[in-house]
Amino acid sequence: MTSLLTIEGLTKAYPGVVANDDVTFAIAPGEVHALLGENGAGKSTLVKMIYGLVRPDAGQMTLHRQPFSPSKPSEARARGVAMVFQHFSLFEALSVAENVALGMEDPPPQRQLARRIRDVSEAYGLPLDPDRLVGDLSAGERQRVEIIRCLLQDPKLLIMDEPTSVLTPQEVEVLFKTLRTLAAEGTAILYISHKLDEIRTLCDGATVLRLGRVVGSCNPREKSASELAEMMVGSALKPPARDGAEPGEIVLDVTGLSVKSANPFGTSLKNIHFTVRAGEVLGIGGVAGNGQDELLAALSGEARAVPEAVKFQGRPVGHLGPNERRVLGILSAPEERLGHAAAPDMSLTENALLTGAIREGLTRGGFLRWDAAEDFARRIVKEFDVRTPGVSNVARALSGGNLQKFVIGREVLQRPDVLVVNQPTWGVDASAAAAIRQALLDLAARGTAVICISQDLDELMEISDRFAALNGGRLTARRPAKGLTVEEIGMMMGGAHDMEPPAQTAPEVRHVEA
Amino acid sequence: MDLSAINPLVLIASLMVAATPILLAAIGELVVEKSGVLNLGVEGMMITGAICGFAIAVESSSPWLGLLAAAGGGALLALVFGVLTQFFLSNQVATGLALTLFGLGLSALLGQGYAGIKPPPSPRLDVPFLADLPVLGRVLFQHDYMVYISILIVACVWAVLKYTRAGLILRAVGESHDAAHALGYKVVRIRLMAIAFGGACAGLGGAYLSLIRVPQWTEGMTAGAGWIALAIVVFASWRPWGVLLGAYLFGGVTVLQLNLQAAGLELPVEYLSMAPYLITILVLVIMSADRGRAALNAPAALGKIFHASS
Amino acid sequence: MLRLEKRPVPSRFWTIMTPVVAVVATMVAGGLLFAFLGKDPVAAIRTIFWDPIFSEFAWYYRAQLLVKAAPLILIALGLSLGFRAGIWNIGAEGQYIVGAITGAAVGLAFYPLDAWYIFPLMILAGALGGWAWAMIPALLKIRFGTNEILVSLMLVYVAEQLLAKMSLGLLKNPDGHGFPGSRNFQEYPSAHNVELIEGTGMHGGVLAGFIAVIAAYVLLNRHILGYQIRLTGQSARAARFAGVRPKLLVAFCLGTSGALAGLAGLFEVAGPAGQITIDFNVGYGFTAIIVAFLGRLHPVGILLAGLLMALTYVGGEIAQANLRLPAAAIQAFQGMLLFFLLGFDVLANYRIRPIKREVA
Repeated sequence: MTSLLTIEGLTKAYPGVVANDDVTFAIAPGEVHALLGENGAGKSTLVKMIYGLVRPDAGQMTLHRQPFSPSKPSEARARGVAMVFQHFSLFEALSVAENVALGMEDPPPQRQLARRIRDVSEAYGLPLDPDRLVGDLSAGERQRVEIIRCLLQDPKLLIMDEPTSVLTPQEVEVLFKTLRTLAAEGTAILYISHKLDEIRTLCDGATVLRLGRVVGSCNPREKSASELAEMMVGSALKPPARDGAEPGEIVLDVTGLSVKSANPFGTSLKNIHFTVRAGEVLGIGGVAGNGQDELLAALSGEARAVPEAVKFQGRPVGHLGPNERRVLGILSAPEERLGHAAAPDMSLTENALLTGAIREGLTRGGFLRWDAAEDFARRIVKEFDVRTPGVSNVARALSGGNLQKFVIGREVLQRPDVLVVNQPTWGVDASAAAAIRQALLDLAARGTAVICISQDLDELMEISDRFAALNGGRLTARRPAKGLTVEEIGMMMGGAHDMEPPAQTAPEVRHVEA
Repeated sequence: MDLSAINPLVLIASLMVAATPILLAAIGELVVEKSGVLNLGVEGMMITGAICGFAIAVESSSPWLGLLAAAGGGALLALVFGVLTQFFLSNQVATGLALTLFGLGLSALLGQGYAGIKPPPSPRLDVPFLADLPVLGRVLFQHDYMVYISILIVACVWAVLKYTRAGLILRAVGESHDAAHALGYKVVRIRLMAIAFGGACAGLGGAYLSLIRVPQWTEGMTAGAGWIALAIVVFASWRPWGVLLGAYLFGGVTVLQLNLQAAGLELPVEYLSMAPYLITILVLVIMSADRGRAALNAPAALGKIFHASS
Repeated sequence: MLRLEKRPVPSRFWTIMTPVVAVVATMVAGGLLFAFLGKDPVAAIRTIFWDPIFSEFAWYYRAQLLVKAAPLILIALGLSLGFRAGIWNIGAEGQYIVGAITGAAVGLAFYPLDAWYIFPLMILAGALGGWAWAMIPALLKIRFGTNEILVSLMLVYVAEQLLAKMSLGLLKNPDGHGFPGSRNFQEYPSAHNVELIEGTGMHGGVLAGFIAVIAAYVLLNRHILGYQIRLTGQSARAARFAGVRPKLLVAFCLGTSGALAGLAGLFEVAGPAGQITIDFNVGYGFTAIIVAFLGRLHPVGILLAGLLMALTYVGGEIAQANLRLPAAAIQAFQGMLLFFLLGFDVLANYRIRPIKREVA
């Protein structure tokens, strides 16, 4: 079989890290080829080089047996390479058609383009209205915009970077069908993921990357998921052990919580009900952008509701701010590490102060006790194995995994009664992720009610006692995690609202904005 | 007081003239902001344009050369801002302020010896046929060229932003520079061009003051017009025709205020002179109180620093 | 070709060095400007930077240095608090004017009473006047989300008109033979901001400036409020998560900077200026913005930057008299300084690296 794209000895180094080291592989026309690896294995850098966003330090590529070294994305596009980004390169305030036009070299007039968008989107089973604003679309629909933008240019090679991280299982099915159709028509697809089951169902070949090097290639259909995982990680990981303690009293009781999103393109919370008991882990799943940030804000106190909407040990707290809730014992760790959970240019000591000032007594009469803050930061670093030269280092100098350990550790060490975390292991390497999950489980075993909001279903299944899903700002009823099937989870995430408790009249809600 | 001395027709005719400098500066700033850059140096670029235009017009006896020089001077100064914010990644608010402070000083320096001189007269354009209309002709169609050119610029900006690919790219860059960069657009280059255009427009606006409206050179003669232009962009919620409306409303207030002073209203002159600034504040408050819609039109990347990491 | 690479940690060396480099670069560029104007650049630079401190008449100029630096430092300290939190008070000039008017009004109301409490009351009134003027943009921002940059700036022009009205009307000296302007405080001892030490220029405002430097330092480095200000400037979202109330912070930062600007105005009108006149304000409120950035928004830095900027004022006046250098040249010179500072600032946060040759 002649190959469409061959890559030979590609190398790219950034200061302090070799992102790609002598990477070699090939893709044939019509092949769905997986690029497999953990976060930080160098997958993104590699595809950026293929797409002309980054220039390699060494090595060469050929496309259709012609030398291929794009210096900018438009050159890559001109040669028939298209890419769907992990973080969409879309413009929220522009329409679908305008977004598509921006991704094309020579777009037809708007009206003609709109018609072509309709045609292509129907042909591939991805319905889309060209006149809608992208900001109003769901994550799945946004991805369609990206895909259709690529398809309109008749690509020979389509690069998909982690396409399913924002989709429900049902939407994944639709996507896979589209991709198979494309492959059957002769388009090669480079599929980047770390989700092993997906790769085993979809891909014809796989190249596995670890720390920037190719550590193996295989036909994924012939390998088991654990074999692939071992290639990817390099050593078998031990899953966290659940203590299995009996849950205690209801600690947090949320009834009829409705909060308007502060972001015009955000998702408002609508009439949310749930309870969490001491020692219980409640996993909340859902596709990105269905109210996760808003739920965390409503529980942490950043967004306020009516007092009775959130009750802590029977006491109404919905109107309290973050620090007042911290005094009571409700702590949280938001998804965005830099710029929300931590201040990028502040030292770890200063970041320890960020949430620890009150419970750890780091101030006296409004004046800062720097020595106490430093001790607290050192304790977090020590007990959570945060790799850093010292606590005077700034937060953004830490790797994602280390900073996340710091953020979670900061809350865990304050002995919360309720801990709310959002995406606790997002973009974190496997060993740090395992450590963080274990810390959450240990905390629950000591009697804390843990609410874990996550888009990683494997993670939720691993640590949750009970599971619920967010969809369009609503929360499904909680169900025991044990025994849930993928179909059931998909139904919950897809918004089967018959699973909701009987609707109550939502109380009048006040929203406190920035 | 004699209110009958105020002729509403003359008022409309003169408000178009009064509004033109602000209109020019504001439409330029609109383009800059649409590209995602906040340039607070409008005042500095205007006053630099005012003196550049004045000096060249006097030296060459050609108002056209003067206007050209004003646009060039404004654009040049704007590019200083552009280089600092786009290449040296300096804070846009601080750099814009520096531009204003520097522009005020520079213009005073360049203007030594030009105070009290009369510039060459600028030609008027009586729009053929229309100018002969009774009443309307005198009010709307017997102005100098720049009044019409400024309206033409607004129309062009509107059409380019709405209908052309260049306009779409500009809006995209202002919406999300990271996404635009990922698609391979030259964010910095596009922004520099927008900044230079904004500077040229502000310079023209300044020259309109010194060459046509006043016409004379005095230090600090823009007296906050650049800041008002910034406010008008917000008022218009980044829509070109909104800028025209805002500038003409503001021109109306200014002219009315001057007329009331002349008519000998009981209110002291100082309080009347405050009116344009107070009304600007009032308008800003009304605009910001009604967020939702206006916020959607505001470029999302406005004022943020772009640094391509890859 | 060169490209920028973000430093993992801001360079301490360059953070301290950029103002120095910027001053040197401004001297060079300024020298070129002066040469262009037909003046001897070396003489001009020496007149501006050397003569006020070391020349024959330095005893007089040194006092002037403190007199000019005091309002700049007071105002810049206030501004720096807001700037650190991303709250842009650009209208300090207006707050300075209003503080002077309210302070002077209180003093004049007591004329010709002789009592110890008059001057303290004036100080209070000055601070309150500036505070109230700054609370207008603060409240509008809090209540309606109105842009504080534009509102505070518009209020400068309003304050200037108010100043004109006051010096021609309400506060006009009844014994002034019809000339505009208020009574002169230098002739009213109970309300006069006297020189504390003869011949040094050390008046109440200078003392207040020094106290404010120390207070700002303690606030920013030792107090939770200062921590919250710095946190808000870095990330508004992280600040909200840390329990900061953004609205209170807006009120605090704008209010404090207004009060300090008002104080500066009061000390000026009751001391060096002596009276309310139409042209009482000379742009300290705007120059203080340069001082705040030149001092890297750090209290000690602002102290030094204020003195440096005062030097260019005093030196500029000498150059005006001796070399016939136009006053505007100094203004352009100061603007240039801010440009260079902002440009060189990049070195603190980024490294400059040559772009490697591309591999085909």
